[in-house]
Formats: sequence, C-alpha cells, structure tokens
Amino acid sequence: MTHTEKRILMNKIIMVLSTLSAAVGISFLLWILSVLVINGIEAINWNIFIYEGAPPGYEESGLKHALIGQLLLVGVATLIGVPLGILGGTYLSEYGGLKSKLANTVRDISDIMMSAPSIVIGAFVYAIVVAPMGNFSGWAGIVALSIIMVPVILRTTDDMLQLVPSTLREAAFALGAPKYKVILQIVIRGAKTGILTGVLLGIARVSGETAPLLFTSFNDNFLNTDLSQPIASLTVTMFNYATSPYEDWQQLGWAAAFILSMFILGLNIMGRLLLIKRKRT
Amino acid sequence: MNRFLDRFFHLSTLSIALLTLLVTGAIFGVLLEQAKPAMDALGLNFLIDTKWAPNLEKFGALPAIAGSIMSTALAMLIAVPLAIGIAIYLSEISPQKLKTPVGVSVELLAAIPSVVYGMWGLFYFVPIIRDLFGGLGIGLLTAGIVLAIMILPFMAAVTRDAMNTTPDILKESAYALGGTKWDVIKDVVIPYAKAGIIGAAILALGRAIGETMAVTFVMGNVHKIPSSITDPATSIPVTLANEFTEADGELYFSSLFYLALVLFVISFIIIAFAKYAFLKRTKRVNV
Repeated sequence: MTHTEKRILMNKIIMVLSTLSAAVGISFLLWILSVLVINGIEAINWNIFIYEGAPPGYEESGLKHALIGQLLLVGVATLIGVPLGILGGTYLSEYGGLKSKLANTVRDISDIMMSAPSIVIGAFVYAIVVAPMGNFSGWAGIVALSIIMVPVILRTTDDMLQLVPSTLREAAFALGAPKYKVILQIVIRGAKTGILTGVLLGIARVSGETAPLLFTSFNDNFLNTDLSQPIASLTVTMFNYATSPYEDWQQLGWAAAFILSMFILGLNIMGRLLLIKRKRT
Repeated sequence: MNRFLDRFFHLSTLSIALLTLLVTGAIFGVLLEQAKPAMDALGLNFLIDTKWAPNLEKFGALPAIAGSIMSTALAMLIAVPLAIGIAIYLSEISPQKLKTPVGVSVELLAAIPSVVYGMWGLFYFVPIIRDLFGGLGIGLLTAGIVLAIMILPFMAAVTRDAMNTTPDILKESAYALGGTKWDVIKDVVIPYAKAGIIGAAILALGRAIGETMAVTFVMGNVHKIPSSITDPATSIPVTLANEFTEADGELYFSSLFYLALVLFVISFIIIAFAKYAFLKRTKRVNV
C-alpha cells in the first residue's frame, strides 16, 4: 500500500467514525425528544389545567398548583433579575468598558457563576433565607432563581450594548445630552432586541432549574399563592411524581416535563429568531 | 439636576455590578460559616473518611467525592469523543443543507432542563442497563451515561464553534496541497481550534461535576465506594439533593454544607481554569 493509499484509507475511516458518532449522539438526543413528546402528549388533558394535586389513584388530579407556582416563582424572579441584570450590564459596557479591572472581574465572576452548580446556590439560600425565616418559602426559591438569572442577563446586556456604534453615543453627547440620558434613550434603545434575547435566555435558564428549588421553595401538592409559604413548581413536582411508584403520578410527571420543555424551547427559539432579525437590520 | 441624575445612575449601576461580586463572596462566606462546625469536628479527615452514617454521627465524604469523580470521568470518557465527532461532522463533513438544522437542534437540546434527562434515564435507560448487566440498573454506569448524554449537546456546540473559527483560507491552502479531509482536520482545524476544544471539554466537566438532577434519579444515593461500575453510588450533588431536607442534628447539617463548599470550590476552579486558560479568545454570547 502506498503512502497516498494509506492516507485515503485513513481519511475514509475517520469520515465514517465521525459520521457514526454524530449519528449515535443525535439518535440519543432524538430518542429523548421523542420519549418526551410521546409521553407528554399522551399524558396531557384538560384535567391537568383544572385540578390541583391529589393522592395517587384519584381521577381528578392535575398540575394547576405547579403551573401557577412555577409562573409565580419564575415571574417574580424575572421582575427582580431583569432590572438588576440590565443595570449591571449597563455599568460594564458604558462605565467600565473593556479595560476596567473592576468590570473585567465582574465579567469573569459572572461567567463562572453561569456554570456554577445550582444546588450550591440552593444551599446558600437555605442558609440565608430559609433558616432565619424558619420555613421553606416561595421567596427563598425566588431569591435562588434571581441569583442564577442575573449573570446571564448581565453578560448578554454587556455584549449587546458594546455592539452599539460609539458614533451614536458621540452624536447624542454633541447635542448636549447628559450621560444617563444617552445610555437610557440611545444606547439601551439601540440594543433592545439583543437585550430582549438575553432576557428570554435568562428566563429559559431559570425555568428548568430544579436543584436550587428543592430546599428553598420546596413543594406543595395544593395550590398556594402565598410566597411566604412553600410553593409547588413544575420541576420539583416532576421530580417527586417521577420518582413515586404510582403510575398516574408518573404520567403527570411526563406532562409537566413536556409543558416545561416546550416552554423553554419556545423561549430559546424566540431568542434566536430575534437575534437573526437583529443581524438582518 | 442632570449632574445629580448622572451621578445617581452611575452609582446605582456600579453598585449592582458590585452586587454580583458580593453575592459570589457571600456564597463562599456563608458556606464556610455553615460548614465550620463540621470542619472543626472532622477536619480534613472528612475528605478521606469512607463512612457516612448520620445515625452514628459519622460523616465521611469520600464515597460522595469518589462517586462524583467516577461518574464525571465516565461521562467525559463517553461524551468527549462523541462531541468531537459531532463537531467534526457539523463543521467539516455534513452537507450544507443539514448543517443548520442539525446544528440548531443540537443547541436546542442543550436547553432542555436536566431534570428531563434524569427522568428519561430513570424510565428508559435504567431497564436497559438492568437487562444487560443485571442488578438494579441504578448506579454509576447509568449515571455516567445519562450525564454524558446531558453534556453532549453543550460540548458539541462549543467545540463546533471553536472549529468554525478556522479561517477558510488555511483549510483551502491545505486542500490545495493535496490533503484529504482528515489531513486538513488533524493538521489545520484541530491545531487551530485546540484551545477551544480543550476549553469546551473542561467547561463541560465543570458543569457535569455539579449536575444534580440528571443523576439524582439514577445514581442510588448509596454511601459506599462502588466496587463495580454497575453498583449504586452517590455523588456530592446527589447527597445534597437527597439529604438536605431530612438532615437533623447540627453536625449532619454542617457536614452537608461542608460537602456543598467542597463542590463549589472544585467546580469554581475547573470552570475558571477552562475559561481563562483556554476559552479567552472565543467570545460567545449565550453559553
């Protein structure tokens, strides 16, 4: 076999191996997706939206408590996390810039916190909120989710504001506008699609979080909207129902998994479409 | 008035930026403070002691630490070659028509919450392992595989992004010299994207080691160093998820915080290392 033939053979082997590994990886992922969709669609019916949790075996059992709990937790965490993230990101881009040591430290730490284990954040919030208050509560869950959300939004805002051309800022300064007005009315406005993408990704990120809620907002099998009490979430409900030995509870677990995943995928797709739109204009 | 508003806006954004540093510091501080009783009572022996028996007030973290390391190592062993395979496929082999749909679906799968991966593992993967290897089907092997599948999309997407940064002109020059696709990949693309590829793997490692929900379903929470790969085991996050709400007694509680601190420090170091030793150049918005 000549050297060239060897190279061509080697090339073929690698091409096959690489395509194969792509096929293996992608079929695993398709497997998960199809399991999710098939089980989810089978388990979903109107009862899920009408009834609260019930003991296993009851016909009138649903996820209303978890759906509302989830919306409350994520909704309030968004109300806290979004302004904090956007304002913090504004500092990084508009006051700090790329050379400031402080801004770069904040960037580095936020990047790390984005990948840090979320269960540790749950333990932290347990120590500072749950233990002093004496009970698990919706507020504790919200604090945990906000801590996870802020770095995501902060870094996207920072990146997106930096894309705004500096000539726009200069033009506004030349008209005599004070800096805060330039930032609020020119820079943030110019980057609003990008910031919105960051917000959507941040919401998507915290919506799927389970670990930090396990010992902060805990769980409740009935509808509760009092944030000073334990409150149900889709994720923790999914975990509890899926690990239970009762088949009807497991079904509800799949329904919760399906609804949550579709919500998160929807947010991600919306975020992506916005980014594409921004690039075109 | 404007000057006052300017100062006010500057200071308020500054204080929020500082808040992120403060919270990170507070996490370290609070975990340290809560872990203090266990640290005083058990010292560093905690990390090498193999007995975890809360009813006897005995707390040794080695089974959890070993379980974390073994399950993550197993996951990396499976996921790294697959991720690099997918990345090579997406950046160099795939027909143009497939690149975007396959690439986007891989990225979207990275967004599916880990609790869903765990659920899939429990209902669909555990029975397969049980039939193949006997035993419970719950344990190290299952946890490693589920973890691998969970980090795969993320790792593949970041690796592909790194490979895609290779300038076309470099690849074209190599082809013009008569290189095969594999020659170009191994001599041009991989050397060019090396830092990004290694960084992606280490970053995925950092995420895998702290991952809770994907493995809690399938690991078993047994505080014993597994003697076989199919034995049930535990890891730091699995222990925390299972025992935190049940812990009674100050030492038990404090030991769990000690575990959380160990996990936080380990993953902080791994992630920081990945970001600053390897991923500095590749700027991404939504990782």
